[in-house]
Amino acid sequence: MSSIIARVKQKQIADLIAKGKRLDGRGLTDYREVKVEQGVIERAEGSARVLLGKTEVMVGTKIEMGKPFPDTPDEGALAVNVELVPLASPTFEPGPPNENAIELARVVDRGIRESKAIDFEKLCIESGKKVFVIFVDVYVLNHDGNMIDASALAALAALLNTKMFNYEIEEDEVKIKPGYTPLPIMKHPIAVTFAKINDKLIIDPHIEEEQVMDTRLTMTIDDDGNVCAMQKGGTGYFTPKQVLEVARIAKEKSEEIRKKLKW
Amino acid sequence: MSRKHEKLIDKKGLRLDGRKPEELRPIKIEVGILPNADGSAYIQQGKNKILAGVFGPRELHPKHLALPDRTVLRCRYHMAPFSVQERKSPAPSRRDIELSKVIRESLEPAIFLEYYPRTGIDVFVEILQADGGTRCASITAASLALADAGIPMRDLVTACAAGKVDNTIVLDLMDAEDKKGDADVPVALMPNFNAVTLLQMDGILTLKEFEKTVNLALEGCRKIYVMQKEALKAKYVSVKEVKE
Repeated sequence: MSSIIARVKQKQIADLIAKGKRLDGRGLTDYREVKVEQGVIERAEGSARVLLGKTEVMVGTKIEMGKPFPDTPDEGALAVNVELVPLASPTFEPGPPNENAIELARVVDRGIRESKAIDFEKLCIESGKKVFVIFVDVYVLNHDGNMIDASALAALAALLNTKMFNYEIEEDEVKIKPGYTPLPIMKHPIAVTFAKINDKLIIDPHIEEEQVMDTRLTMTIDDDGNVCAMQKGGTGYFTPKQVLEVARIAKEKSEEIRKKLKW
Repeated sequence: MSRKHEKLIDKKGLRLDGRKPEELRPIKIEVGILPNADGSAYIQQGKNKILAGVFGPRELHPKHLALPDRTVLRCRYHMAPFSVQERKSPAPSRRDIELSKVIRESLEPAIFLEYYPRTGIDVFVEILQADGGTRCASITAASLALADAGIPMRDLVTACAAGKVDNTIVLDLMDAEDKKGDADVPVALMPNFNAVTLLQMDGILTLKEFEKTVNLALEGCRKIYVMQKEALKAKYVSVKEVKE
């Protein structure tokens, strides 16, 4: 997914980070400016657009009625899909989702699912037969680094904005009633991604930093400060000490973001 | 995930299969069992039965994927249709694609990729029977298959999961514990470098529990590392016996 980056620039990024600085003037554990806008697509049940610096992600949610999974007959379902739209980066190509898109979707999905952000039991219409299925479609519109955090944030913002249609059951048939109720959201999981460059940890890597990073680690933290999902990516490694440091900083950062967004 | 249907840990503090919380499942490893592969390994970890085969370094197809400065490592994690309760379609699922990616990324740091420019190394992992923790067992087997293929490596990669079930931190989760437990943390380690090359998690853990879980998983990795090395040596010991 990476394009070529000049050696001098690679060195410049690494040298700056060794001094505790970054190309765009941020500190090692600073996020770029975060902007969240909700309800941007009227046709969707819920939607949001997130800007993380210049990385732009749009998420739309759709609700359909479907069959529950056999092992969870009383719970609704969630499906997260990511499209790396070709207009977002010269390295994105049209076609079915590649492994990067699938990993991104599964990391976003895991954060929402494992933190129990959605009260799935309230999405059950008829046990074992009919439930609401929530489709979360993540559209990356501009790739400028750290798509994971931007996508997770946009997905949560869209879910918070999602309305379920009202219904009643008449003679075993589900009838749609006018009006909507908000989706039952119980937690606000925030994904915090770290990149390791020359043995230093930085938060929210910019695209050029991603191109020189050894590896990355994403931690998703819930409202109570618990770790609820994690994904290491890239070809490098972390020491056990660094892993615990990441967990500590991720907790602080997630609180900071949640406070800023008043979630 | 954590809906309590049944007790996963009994009054004596033992697990469904009678293990103590910090106990691994019985592990059997064999190296060099596939005649056509350049390197291979088989692992049984509890009910998991997994084969790993390595081909290469060899010419890479399609050729445009080749890199001028190093070899390309490719990895396929695949589950046999009969490996799980409900038949699994042999087509790669999204889970399979993600696992193939994280397994590849956990092995790459151990290999001297730059020794074989313009070539490819293929790692094929077949899950014959699955019982939780297949990605970890796959990494353990795949790194042995790479070593068996004679590919220069910095260290073996060894993997093990730890997690939380019934409020207890446990090592090496089996399927039931993975599905009904509260958290699962698979970890891969290059023991000589103390380098963590795979780290994932799902479930809910406090920071304290998380630290304990990671440390337990690392401990498990170090135990499996000993078995890995023995299995690798055993291949050459058995060759000697045949000659006599």
